[in-house]
Amino acid sequence: MATTVIPFGPQHPVLPEPVHLTLKVEDEIVKEAIPALGYVHRGLEKLADIRDYHQMIQVCERVCGICSMIHAVCYSQAIEELMGVEVPKRAQVLRVIWSELHRTHSHLLWLGLFADAFGFESLFMQFWKIRERIMDINEATTGSRVIVSVNVIGGVRADLSPEQIRWILSEVDIVEKEVRALQDTIMNDYTVKARTVGVGVLSKENAYLLGAAGPTLRGSGVAQDMRMLGYGGYSEIDFEPVVETSGDCWARSTVRFRETLQSMDLVRQAIAKLPEGELAAKVKGNPPEGEVYTRVEQPRGECVYYIKGNGTKHLDRLRIRTPTFANIPPLLAMLPGCELADVPVIVLSIDPCISCTER
Amino acid sequence: MIGKVIDVTVDNVVGEVMKMKNDGHRLVTFSTYQEGEDGLGILYHFDKELETTHLRMTVKRDAPIPSVSGVYFAALLVENEIRDQWDVKFDGLVLDFNRSLYLDPEVTQVPLVSNVKIEPKK
Repeated sequence: MATTVIPFGPQHPVLPEPVHLTLKVEDEIVKEAIPALGYVHRGLEKLADIRDYHQMIQVCERVCGICSMIHAVCYSQAIEELMGVEVPKRAQVLRVIWSELHRTHSHLLWLGLFADAFGFESLFMQFWKIRERIMDINEATTGSRVIVSVNVIGGVRADLSPEQIRWILSEVDIVEKEVRALQDTIMNDYTVKARTVGVGVLSKENAYLLGAAGPTLRGSGVAQDMRMLGYGGYSEIDFEPVVETSGDCWARSTVRFRETLQSMDLVRQAIAKLPEGELAAKVKGNPPEGEVYTRVEQPRGECVYYIKGNGTKHLDRLRIRTPTFANIPPLLAMLPGCELADVPVIVLSIDPCISCTER
Repeated sequence: MIGKVIDVTVDNVVGEVMKMKNDGHRLVTFSTYQEGEDGLGILYHFDKELETTHLRMTVKRDAPIPSVSGVYFAALLVENEIRDQWDVKFDGLVLDFNRSLYLDPEVTQVPLVSNVKIEPKK
């Protein structure tokens, strides 16, 4: 049979991320996919040469807008470990609250985009309408809707008042109720299942060997989530990873849906355990010589920061490995054998963030 | 502060990575850093049940580095990224973007090495 080569992206009607795939297709069935990146590479790691270690928080927040809070947490934790800074408990738990709010709005954004990818416009609008409540919480508590910028080395720069806490708890209840109302549709609707069940299957073995991360890994049955490490305030709260086993687009979608509900529970737990105390420890001097390797769980999965200090205010090296970078090789394994029409849905199912990937 | 580190060399890195794979480790990624004037340090990060193990290798930037993408396919992207950023070559890379994963053809400065120029592509 003749092979047709079809260029997919970097601009595509349902895919908002600039990734290009060269698809080799036989009779509408994808036989091979070769990726091409480089459309949004910014060289952010290199900025560590000219921005001091405090300023680099703002750079790390801009690796990815949707994951900005958790990038800042990961970088801050790395510097704090290198410098031996003890972060106050209140700051650690506040970081958990804003991290879980970030995870919620990221997953709601993705669930809407995913629904849009298979043409379910009303579901897309419902998820994005719910997401607005989380964005309002971010704006009211930090001053910004997306890049909240509350982290500093040693803690956080914003606090939650008792009135804000009561309001967040009432909003979280509403978000949970509204998300649950969509559960039957996103998990059981005939048209949703027709586009997601059995599509883009990634086996448990392949997910692990190909280095998948986050919902892509857990959707294939591997119970691994960096929050299990108990970093920062996560040591204070009960947490079990959400796992599905079918490894298809439906499983990855369901993991994110269930994690959205779980994040609401984690916000409640964190608020219940929010201690009184300082917001940030005093930080003096520069990071000493040494190296630190830190991992956190972002909405898209495991994020890794490696830093190397040299005793000055500039780092010798800042290396960032984002979850989408890890999920591209698994994506290349999902595509062969699928129908050409399913490619956008499968690509979206890893929740790609190419801005993160290329940095 | 980074946990367990095993030193490896260009002669045994592929074998050691294979051992990690056979032992059930997941390749997380590599990190790189400048080592002296013309050297490159590479840390291969592995995970097994949330425990981290690193392999550390120091190489000269002008000598080819054995690729481990034949052992872990996932290594192909990070090896291509290192190729872009440090102007090094990997022997046996399963898909070589030839220094174009991120970089445009007209780039003449090696991104992560000061004052080292590369020939622009035609």
